[in-house]
Amino acid sequence: MRVVIAEDSVLLREGLVRLLDGAGIEVVEAVGDADELLRAAADHEPDLVLLDVRMPPTHTDEGLRAALVIRRQWPAMAVLVLSQYVEERYASELLATETSGVGYLLKDRIADVGEFLTALRRVADGGTALDPEAVAQLLLRTRSAPLARLSPRETEVLRYMAEGRSNAGVADLLMVSESAVAKHVNSIFTKLDLPMADSDHRRVLAVLTFLKG
Amino acid sequence: MQQLARRILRAPWSPQPWRATALIALGWPIGLVGTVGVLGLTTLTIACATLLGPAVMGWLIPPLQPFATWRPWTFVLVIPLFTALLLWSVPCTVVQRWRFAAVLGIELPAPPTRRRLLGLAAQSATWCQLAYHLLAGVLSTVSLAITAALWLLGPPLALQLLYLWWLPDHGSTATVLLTSALGVVAFHLAPWVAEWIARLEVGMARDLLGPSRRQQLAELSERVRVVVDSRLDVIASADAERRRIERDLHDGAQQRLVSLAMNLGIARLDLDAVPEATRKAIENAHEEAKLALTELRDLVRGLHPAVLDERGLDAALSGISARSPVPVTLHVDLPHRPSRTTEAVAYFVVSEALANVAKHARASRVDIRVSHREHTIAVVVTDDGRGGARLDDSSGLRGLMHRVGSIDGSFRVDSPIGGPTILTAELPCES
Repeated sequence: MRVVIAEDSVLLREGLVRLLDGAGIEVVEAVGDADELLRAAADHEPDLVLLDVRMPPTHTDEGLRAALVIRRQWPAMAVLVLSQYVEERYASELLATETSGVGYLLKDRIADVGEFLTALRRVADGGTALDPEAVAQLLLRTRSAPLARLSPRETEVLRYMAEGRSNAGVADLLMVSESAVAKHVNSIFTKLDLPMADSDHRRVLAVLTFLKG
Repeated sequence: MQQLARRILRAPWSPQPWRATALIALGWPIGLVGTVGVLGLTTLTIACATLLGPAVMGWLIPPLQPFATWRPWTFVLVIPLFTALLLWSVPCTVVQRWRFAAVLGIELPAPPTRRRLLGLAAQSATWCQLAYHLLAGVLSTVSLAITAALWLLGPPLALQLLYLWWLPDHGSTATVLLTSALGVVAFHLAPWVAEWIARLEVGMARDLLGPSRRQQLAELSERVRVVVDSRLDVIASADAERRRIERDLHDGAQQRLVSLAMNLGIARLDLDAVPEATRKAIENAHEEAKLALTELRDLVRGLHPAVLDERGLDAALSGISARSPVPVTLHVDLPHRPSRTTEAVAYFVVSEALANVAKHARASRVDIRVSHREHTIAVVVTDDGRGGARLDDSSGLRGLMHRVGSIDGSFRVDSPIGGPTILTAELPCES
C-alpha cells in the first residue's frame, strides 16, 4: 500500500511515517500543507492519503476541502482525515456522496496503534471509518422516531455499523457470535425500514443516510 | 425628640455651619467684584454702541471731555468692550469655583472651555455665567446680611442679663426676657439658615457655572458611547484571546501529547521481552496520555471551538452536546448567522449550562433550543433534574449571567425545587 501523509506538525508527521513504516506500509511522501498535498496526490497517485483538517495557511478546514477535491478528482484514492476535534458537520460533508474509501477519525485514535492501523487498512480497502464521536453527534441530531424503537443492544450495533465496522468487527467488540450480530443487523434494517444492502460499505451508506435524516 | 433637641443645641458648635458661614462671607466680596465688573462692562458696551458713548467716556475719563461732542467715535470701542465682558466671566468663574472647592471641598463641574472668542459668545454657558456674576453681588449681600445678623445679634441678646445693669435704659423685665429668648433662638437658628443658604448657593453655582444641561447630556452620551465601545473591545479581545489559546494548544501541547501517546502505543505493541514492572509502567503511561488528551480536548472545546467560527453555532453545539453525560436533544433554528460575539456567548451559555447540569442537576435528559426571535437569539436549556438552581456565586450561573449581560442580553433562571430547570438567555443580534 502506498500512502501520502499531510500534517503540518513536524513531530506528528515524522511519528506517523515511523508508525506506518513499522507496519509495512509505504509512505511515498509526507507534506505540510494542503497545496503540497494536492501536488503529491497528483504526482504519486497513492492508494490512500492521510491528512489533517487544520493546516496552513489559514488553519481552518483546508484539509477537509483538499479531501473533497481528491474525492472528486481521483475517486479511487482513499482518504483518511484526522482531526483534533471531530465535527458531525464535517463528517456529513465528507460522506455526502460516497462512503467507500473514506475515513474521519480523532487524532487521539492514533494512540491505539492496532485499532488505528485496522481502520486505515479498512479505508484503503474501500471501507469506511467514522469516529464514534462523529456517530454520537449524528445520533444526537437524528430526529427520527424509529430510532426509539431500537433496543439498547441494537442501538449499540447501529453505532458500530455507522463507524464502518463489519459484522466480524462488531462481533469482536460485543463478544458475541457473528450470526448474532447479523440477526441484530436484520432487525435494525427492518425497524428503520431500510433496504437491505449487499455489501459492507453500502450498508454504512444506508445507515448514515438514515442518520443524517 | 431627644435627638432633635441634641442636634439643635449642638449645631452652633459643629463645623458645618461655620464652613457654610465662611462660604457666604467669602462670597460677598467676590460676588460684588463680579457684579460691578459685569454691570460696568455691560453699561459701557451699550453706551458705546449708541450715541451716548462719547459723553459717557468723557465723564469717565476727564481728558476725553473735549471729544464728547464728536460723532460717536466710541463705536470702535464696542468690540473690545464686548470682548472684555465675555472674558470677564472667566476669572470670576475660576474664583467662584475655587471658593466652593476651598471652603466646602466641592468640585463643581467645570464649564466647557473655548479657545475662540466667537465660541465663547455662542455658547449658552458663558451667558449663564455672566448672569450668575451679575446676580452674585446682590444675592451674596442679602445672604451675608441674614446670616451675620443671626450670628451677631443672637449672643448679645441672649446674654443681656449679664450687662443689662450698665445700660442707661432697658425695657421692662418681660421685654428683656422675650428678647433674650429671641437671642437664644436666633443663635440656634443661625447654623440652619447658614447651611440652607450655602446649599442654595451650591445649587445655583452648579446650575449656572457648569456646562449647560444640553452640554452635560452631550458629554454624558459621549461617555456612554466610549464606555460601550470599550466594553465591546474588551469582549472582542477576550474572544480573540480564547481563540489564540485554542490555536496555541492545538498547534503545541495537543500535537505533542498525540505524538507521545502514539509513541507509547508503538512501544506497547512490543512488550514481550521487557520485565513486568516496565511493561506496567508503559501501559499506565499510555492510558494516562490518552486521558490527558481527552481532558485537554474537552477543556479547549469549552473555550472556543474552531468549528464555531467556520460553520457556526449549529455545527459547534453538536460537539458539546454529544459529549454530555446526560442525554441531550438539540434543536437549532437560525435563518442566518448572528455576529461572532453573539455566537460565542450563545455557545458559552450552552457549554456552561451542560456542565452545570452534569454537576448538580441529577437530570436524565436535557433539551437545548436555539431560535431566532425578532432582533434576538433565544437560547433555552431545559433539564428534568431536581431544580433549586440559584444565581449565587457557587454555581457557574452567575458567570453566565455576567457574560450574557456583557452584550446587553437578558438571562433568566426558572428552577423550582423538584425541577424542571429552565435557563433562558436572550441575546441581541443585528437582524
